[in-house]
Amino acid sequence: MPESVRNFATHFFVTGDPMIYGADAAITLVSLGIVFTLTYFKKWKWLWSEWLTSVDHKKIAIMYLISAILMLFRGGADALLMRTQLAVPNNSFLTAEHYDQIFTTHGTIMIIFMAMPFIFAMFNAVVPLQIGARDVAFPYLNAVSFWLFFFGAMLFNLSFVIGGSPDAGWTSYPPLAGLQFDPGPGENYYLVAVSISGIGSIATGINFMATILKMRAPGMTLMKMPLFTWSVLASCVVILFAFPALTVALALLLIDRIAGAHFFTMLAGGNPMQFINLFWIWGHPEVYIVILPAFGIYSEVVATFSSKKIFGYKSMVASLMAIAVIGYLTWAHHFFTMGASAGVNVFFSISTMCVAIPTGVKVFNWLLTMFRGRIRMTMPLLWTLAFIPNFAIGGATGVWLAGAPADYQFHNSYFLIAHFHQTLIGGVVYGMLAGMYYWWPKMFGFKLKDRFGHWAFWFFNIGFYVCFTPQYILGLMGMQRRMYTYGANMGWTSLNFVSTVGAFLMGIGFLFIAAQIVHSLFNMERDVTGDIWNGRTLEWSLPSPAPHYNFAVIPTVSERDAWWEMKKAGNTSDLLPNAKEIRPIHMPKSSGVPFLMGVAFFVLGFGVVFNWWVIAIVGFVGVVACLIGRSLEEHPDYYVPVDEVVHTEAALGRL
Amino acid sequence: MSTVPAKAPAPETHQGGFPWSHVAGYLLSLVLTIGAFALVFHAKLSFHETLFVILFLAVLQILVQLLFFMHVTERHGPSYHMMMFGLAMFFVFVIVGASIWIMSFGSMVS
Amino acid sequence: MSIAHSGLQHHVDEPLQTGVPLEFSTEDGATKILGFWLFMVTDVLLFACLFATYVVLYKHIGAGASAAKLFGDDVSGFTAETFILLTSSFTCGLATYEMRHGSHSRLKLWIVITMLLGLSFIGLEVYEFSTFVSHGDTMSTSAFLSAFFTLVGTHGAHVSLGIIWMGLILYQISRRGVNPVTARKLFIVSLYWHFLDVVWVFIFTVVYLTGVM
Repeated sequence: MPESVRNFATHFFVTGDPMIYGADAAITLVSLGIVFTLTYFKKWKWLWSEWLTSVDHKKIAIMYLISAILMLFRGGADALLMRTQLAVPNNSFLTAEHYDQIFTTHGTIMIIFMAMPFIFAMFNAVVPLQIGARDVAFPYLNAVSFWLFFFGAMLFNLSFVIGGSPDAGWTSYPPLAGLQFDPGPGENYYLVAVSISGIGSIATGINFMATILKMRAPGMTLMKMPLFTWSVLASCVVILFAFPALTVALALLLIDRIAGAHFFTMLAGGNPMQFINLFWIWGHPEVYIVILPAFGIYSEVVATFSSKKIFGYKSMVASLMAIAVIGYLTWAHHFFTMGASAGVNVFFSISTMCVAIPTGVKVFNWLLTMFRGRIRMTMPLLWTLAFIPNFAIGGATGVWLAGAPADYQFHNSYFLIAHFHQTLIGGVVYGMLAGMYYWWPKMFGFKLKDRFGHWAFWFFNIGFYVCFTPQYILGLMGMQRRMYTYGANMGWTSLNFVSTVGAFLMGIGFLFIAAQIVHSLFNMERDVTGDIWNGRTLEWSLPSPAPHYNFAVIPTVSERDAWWEMKKAGNTSDLLPNAKEIRPIHMPKSSGVPFLMGVAFFVLGFGVVFNWWVIAIVGFVGVVACLIGRSLEEHPDYYVPVDEVVHTEAALGRL
Repeated sequence: MSTVPAKAPAPETHQGGFPWSHVAGYLLSLVLTIGAFALVFHAKLSFHETLFVILFLAVLQILVQLLFFMHVTERHGPSYHMMMFGLAMFFVFVIVGASIWIMSFGSMVS
Repeated sequence: MSIAHSGLQHHVDEPLQTGVPLEFSTEDGATKILGFWLFMVTDVLLFACLFATYVVLYKHIGAGASAAKLFGDDVSGFTAETFILLTSSFTCGLATYEMRHGSHSRLKLWIVITMLLGLSFIGLEVYEFSTFVSHGDTMSTSAFLSAFFTLVGTHGAHVSLGIIWMGLILYQISRRGVNPVTARKLFIVSLYWHFLDVVWVFIFTVVYLTGVM
């Protein structure tokens, strides 16, 4: 029956677009290349035992970072395709349908599969080292989180070549995203993939909260914690309270689509606005989930490179927590135009404006920390400095948008697009890049050379303003988001063209970052001191990279900026282990189960996407088997013998 | 109680006895449930008054479960779990209350 | 500034603290119990969103049955479910009590009773759902029924998971006895069970009692 086979194949695989065929070929070639390289260098076993089964937070951090950078590339490529389409009026570079798919995947990938893993990379790389712990509270769960994220991302990206991408926007509003108007598997891909990685995010939130609350070194009271750790705690609070809303919103829409329910349909009493309500109960706190860790990174970077204590530590902590709680109470500003009562719009207008107050406190504290400091203009500080004007503009336009009456004009226009890119790129991406440059030596044991870094910085930063400043004006001129083309008579042509030029400048900036990483890999400048930036917090007391157990003996802390104070008092040698003090170290065993659980979730998700229930059940059984297997495991941990610790520490010159 | 053999519970928890607090908790939960039931079927309060009272009884049920069965007041270090649970209750109130408020615009929910 | 002398600050399951229940006697146990409380926080919020959706949609009955008609005909079903679950919460509490105060055989007995009560609860719920469906009141009848089946069904799925989980813990206690690890596991599953009882009290109040009012 070749006819039926061909019929199946044309629906199963995405066909008809030369760019998709190009992508198919590229994916096949890259996959073959990876398989070939691993086989040629006999690295399969190494990959499995050192990485895929690892529960070490430092390795999980590296895997998150690689995933985030790859996803930044894919999301960025989507952005360039969109800007190319919009560069000139009446362009036919992309069809309307293809354009819809691209803006949907761009948004989803950037938020869920780029920003989230990027912050988790930073959580994992830094928090246990900063608080003097040997791992996170639940290392096995940490690996589960990563693999759920990873296979969720894989599932989402698969939609590109199999079945078709989602095309209802990253917010996936019904009724457009409902079965009636969007019958293909694309929307299911979005719902299932985002749900799977969302479970991983909730687990990460729980994990880091327990880690920070329970596993701090002796003497490190809450008010002595480094600010990055505080920001992670604040972010985890928001994850715990916001992510369940996303789970519910997506699950209910999925139930609508596969079980014929009527939550968000136009028939039988359904109410699409309830999806939008639930989505933003998560969606707005989500931007604080990703921005709070960036604030933490800026605090660390500013203090380190000004060689000064952070100005106003207590107000920094208070403002983090205030943003976490007030930020939760602002979600309805995403749908002022729904027409809720005036009381609702007034409340959410005011609460939104209130967020600007603690944020302003933070900006002034950073500036005052630098005031009269001995400033070293390094890559991390450069990105931090670029963040401040960026965020000031993003914040100011945010306050404009917060006014409900004005929002009726700005709503869903390019003004809004420019605003949230200004905060999410200028705030989150700059913060993550600053964090990456700052902690890269700690993660990998060598520094990123500045050579291409400055080019990257200037291209990206200038490109940013060239790209997004015109979009504010376009928005005020009436250009709406998600338009795939526009007429030449609208008067939008020149500004759109300028914006496209800016987007490509940012693309070049990204390539320079890639070049910088490659260049630094081949001209490695090893960090032998472990304290390459003259840092202030405990992670800099360890060698770079830290041994797998982190601390041979757990430090005792008596002050804020513990490592800095020890350096000042000249007693850093107190932190070096003494051979007699070393005891066997209790550590979790590596496990392949988290990886297998990710695979099982992938199979389950794939079955659900196509409503192929046999496959879904196989995947579900796999998930249950992994859970039961873990529960019955009797010795999930082991002791690192004293000899090994002594040997490792001696090799690092610390004994 | 200086030397306790490993893997044995501490002495003062070792005694038998009768689980008075559990029985009290159970009886309280029964009384609260029957109360709510009786109020709905036998009392002559208005809809909103009844709703308010039975919701209040349900909140008391949370406290019964937390105090008598979930050992919520047991502290081994700072009671972070109580702080987080309290905050969760606040956000439950926010989500349910604000959803009703926001979504009541054109619907029949009063 | 000095160094803490114990190399075993974290993840310790050997040195037992005295004077505290077994499940809290190790750092690891106490951390996992806190972790489970945090998980319950997320689950509370999950149910809050389902309740919010239910409340927003519960008068959106389209052409289907109203809450008053659906639940008012026969109140014995949900009343029985409520008392069964309250009793199971009590017996589950007794299991923890026995774990802390002595008899391990009674501990196992109470777990078995809790599981049986849980099973009868699920049985009643399945019966209730199938009765509704056989009368044509299905998930795809109206927004109200979608919200009802999803909210109550999610709770039912939680209870079913709890029964399987409890069985798994019972097996481990039978095989390995009560030690800091199994004690912690039993304590956590009992927290989960009591938590489900609390959720049910709200389903009882908000869905059923309010429905028949």
